[in-house]
Formats: sequence, structure tokens, C-alpha cells
Amino acid sequence: MNKIPNALALGMRRGGLEIRQFARQRESVVFTLLFPVILLIIFGSVFKDTIAPGVTFSQYFVAGMIASGLVNTGFQALAITIPLERDFGALKRLRGTPMPASSYFIGKVILVSVSMVIQIFMLLGFGLIFFGVEMPTDINKWITFTWLLLLGSACSTSLGIAFSIVPKSGRGASAVVSPIVIILQFFSGVFLIFTQLPPWMQQIAAIFPLKWLTQGMRSVFLPDSFAAEEVAKSWENGRTFTILMVWLVIGIFFSVRKFKWDRD
Amino acid sequence: MNAIEVTGLRKSYGQVHAVRGIDLSIATGEIFALLGPNGAGKTTTVEILEGFRTRDSGDVRVLGFDPHNEGRAGREWRNRIGIVLQSTSDSGDLTVVETIEHFSGYYSNPRNVQEVINSVGLDEKAGSLIRKLSGGQRRRLDVALGIIGNPELLFLDEPTTGFDPEARRSFWALIEKLRGNGTTILLTTHYLDEAEALADRVGVINNGQIIEISTPTELGGRSTAQALVTWRDGDAMKCETTDNPTSLVKKLTAQFDGEIPELTVTRPSLEDIYLTMIGVSHE
Repeated sequence: MNKIPNALALGMRRGGLEIRQFARQRESVVFTLLFPVILLIIFGSVFKDTIAPGVTFSQYFVAGMIASGLVNTGFQALAITIPLERDFGALKRLRGTPMPASSYFIGKVILVSVSMVIQIFMLLGFGLIFFGVEMPTDINKWITFTWLLLLGSACSTSLGIAFSIVPKSGRGASAVVSPIVIILQFFSGVFLIFTQLPPWMQQIAAIFPLKWLTQGMRSVFLPDSFAAEEVAKSWENGRTFTILMVWLVIGIFFSVRKFKWDRD
Repeated sequence: MNAIEVTGLRKSYGQVHAVRGIDLSIATGEIFALLGPNGAGKTTTVEILEGFRTRDSGDVRVLGFDPHNEGRAGREWRNRIGIVLQSTSDSGDLTVVETIEHFSGYYSNPRNVQEVINSVGLDEKAGSLIRKLSGGQRRRLDVALGIIGNPELLFLDEPTTGFDPEARRSFWALIEKLRGNGTTILLTTHYLDEAEALADRVGVINNGQIIEISTPTELGGRSTAQALVTWRDGDAMKCETTDNPTSLVKKLTAQFDGEIPELTVTRPSLEDIYLTMIGVSHE
């Protein structure tokens, strides 16, 4: 008798399978990967104003779109597809095999990471070529970018898996999840300049991770002089780190404790 | 050791007592069919044995383990069983061979992928996307995924629903092959002829309790039940129920010259017996 395969190896196999499945669903490829770029083209073409010395709206918007890209490819994609898989009975079938739960989650993390990287490259590429977005030259900014990416996508992935228990059916999942994401995008300063929003919106947004991710991404892609334009007159990256960590812990807790494999 | 050992199993959902004290032993290598109407407690019982549901009370041993176990032990246990659920589908963006190959990687000693595809009769569809399969072909894929791990115990929940008669026959042949390998099978089905063709023993479950466990030929006193003899006498159809059909036929042979017109001798089918047992009047 051979030993049963280890969880990490199976997780990698699942990751490969998830990517293959994802790539074969044209709608999901278009929606998750192209939609943010289309938004960038629309917003970048309409709003050409300078919002502060040396800062155009396109730059502000690219920073926000990269942050919400993490939410789209993680939270939104998982909170919609996992209930579908549950409805199909695919999760229950997996549950009846010796594949451990951790392998399933590793597979999802791999899928999210790959689609996230593709999306960020596309947004940065378009921003760079067409909308005058500048790449940071300071190594510290790239360090900030890296931890924001890792922590932000971990947070987004775990919250997506945790939130997958909320939609009652696979069909209804999109109707529950998408409005939450869109409202958060408006409230968090992705489509609109955060400091111009009414204070109550700002305060609601400050509870959720997206606001902090967008602010963090601005600290990477906008000149440091712009920090004075933020609500706290600084980038607040320390606070961003703390809040994302808290949400990550919440996401992991509910993912591990409450995940539902079966529709009943 | 028995493959499945259940004593005093109970499960309620709120006020609804789905399973009310079930005792059941299934021997290693046996094919056992569980029959019962919808809502009888069949699915709840099977899903407790499969480890999908918790129980309120009772002792359950499946391959020597409590099915409600997690972690490493749970994985080792699932490595030895195969489950074909009632309704499973997926987005269908993978091919048959990709899916089976992937699932084979979950197990320590999987069967050969090509051999499994062949045994469920999906050779010609091996390279097709799942979404392009017919209902019956998808069901055969479900069965393939249930047996790819080379299980000692296989759960089949209404495996042939939606099959045409030919597909059902070839599925039965596949089950016979598994029996030859010594696989224990717990089958639930709506088709009485299926239970009769495959099962060593059948159990009838109703209102959360097992009414009877027997071989298909003896269930409900079927083997000793009265036979119904019908024949034509001039313009009228005659019929008679009797314990001794042979002597009746002898009598008729003497009465008629040559062939007895339109003679039939029938005993109740498994379906007749089953319907009587669960309290549904026939016709």
C-alpha cells in the first residue's frame, strides 16, 4: 500500500486544474481580467484633470484599480464561484475523496495569484503606456508594493472563501457579491477621489480593507507630496498593515471553521 | 469483519425523525441494496455512513472506523471508499480523461485511468469536454470517479437514473465485475429490477426504520407467495390464486385438449412485494 499523497502536492495539482478550468471559461476570463482594464480606459479617457501638482486622475485611478483588482480576483471571484461549485455538488464530491480541505484552498490561492498577477501587469502596462502612470523608482516603494500585494491578496482570498457561505444559491451569488464590491469601490476612493466623499462614506469605507489597500497603493504610485492630500495628511501604511492583518485573521477563521461543502 | 456495522442509528431534523433506530450489517464483498420511498430515511442513513452527516445516536462502523472522523485518519479512511452521489455536475470545462486522471491523484493506489474509462464505456468520449456529455454519459463519469481509487467499499446512490435500458445492462455488467474483485457495494435504487439483478440482499426502509432484510427472491415471503394462474375458457378469462399451481395446471391439462388457451402462471414481482410492504396499493 502506497501512502496517500501529501496535501501540498495535491494543492499544486488542484491549482493547475483550477487555472485550466478558468482559462476555458471565456466569460470569467473577460470579466475578471479585462473588465478592470476597460474601466481604466474609460475613466482615464474621460477624466484627464490634474487633481494635485503632478498627479493626474488616471494615476490616482490606476492605484485604486490595482487595489480593487485584488478584491476582484480574490474576494469577488471566489465568493461567486464557490457557491456555484457547491450547488453543482462538486464540493460534496471532493469532500468524499481523500483530498484534504487544505489542498482545495491551496488550489484557490494559486488560481487567485495567477489571475491577480496577470491583471496587475495589464493595468500597469496600460497605465504606463496610455495614461502617464509613473513607476516608482524608490526601492522602499517596491517593498511596500510587495507586502501590500501579498497581504492584500491573502486577505481578499480568505475573505472570499469565508464569504462563500453567505449566498444561499450559486445562481444568486453574483447578485449578493457584486453590489458589495461595487459599493465598496465607490466608498473606498477607487472611482472617486476619497477626500471628496462625504465623511459618513469615508467612515464606513474605513472599516473595510479596500479603502486601506487603495490608500496603500497610492503611497506606491503617487509622489510623496500627495500624502498631505490624504485624510490623515499621511499615507498611514502602518495602520493599513494592522487593518489588513485583522481582516486576514477574520477571513481565515471563518474559512476554516464555517466552510460549507454541501448545500444543505 | 463486516464492511458496515450499524446499531441503533438515530437522526432527527428538528421535529422530524428521519432515522429511528436502524440496525444493519453488510458483509465484506456483499452487494446490498437499500430500497425505500423518498423521505424514508434512505439518503440520511447512507450519508451518515459516507461521513457527510452527523448522527444523534447509535454506533456506526464503516471499514472498522467511525465515518465521522477528520484529519489524517479521515483521509486514510476515504482512501478506501468510493462514493457516487445522487446528483453531481460541474462547470464541465475539463475533459473526461483530465477529470479522471486528476481524481486518480487523490488516492494512494488508484486504478489505471484508461482501464476505468474503458470499464464505464466512455472510451469514445475520453477527450470530450464534460459539458458535451449526455446525462447517461455524465452518470458513467460519476461512477468512474467513484471507482478510480480502487475502493474496498463503494456507495452507489441511484446510479442508473436516466440510463437507457442498454446503458443500464452494461452498468450492471460493470457492477458484476466489481463484485468479482471483492468490492463491497451499498446500492440505493428506485429500480426493483436493478436490486433483483445485482443485490445479494435487499433492505426495505420506511418511516426511518428497516422493515425487512432478505434476499431479493425471499423478500416479503415472495418465494412462498401464492401464484396466480390465468387462462381462457371459451369466451371468458378465468383466474385462480393457488398454493399449488402445478396441480391446477395438471387439472387444466386434463380438461383441455392440447394447449390451455392463454395460460399464464405468475408470482408477485419484487415490485409488487415492495409496494405492499411500504403500504402503497398497486394498480
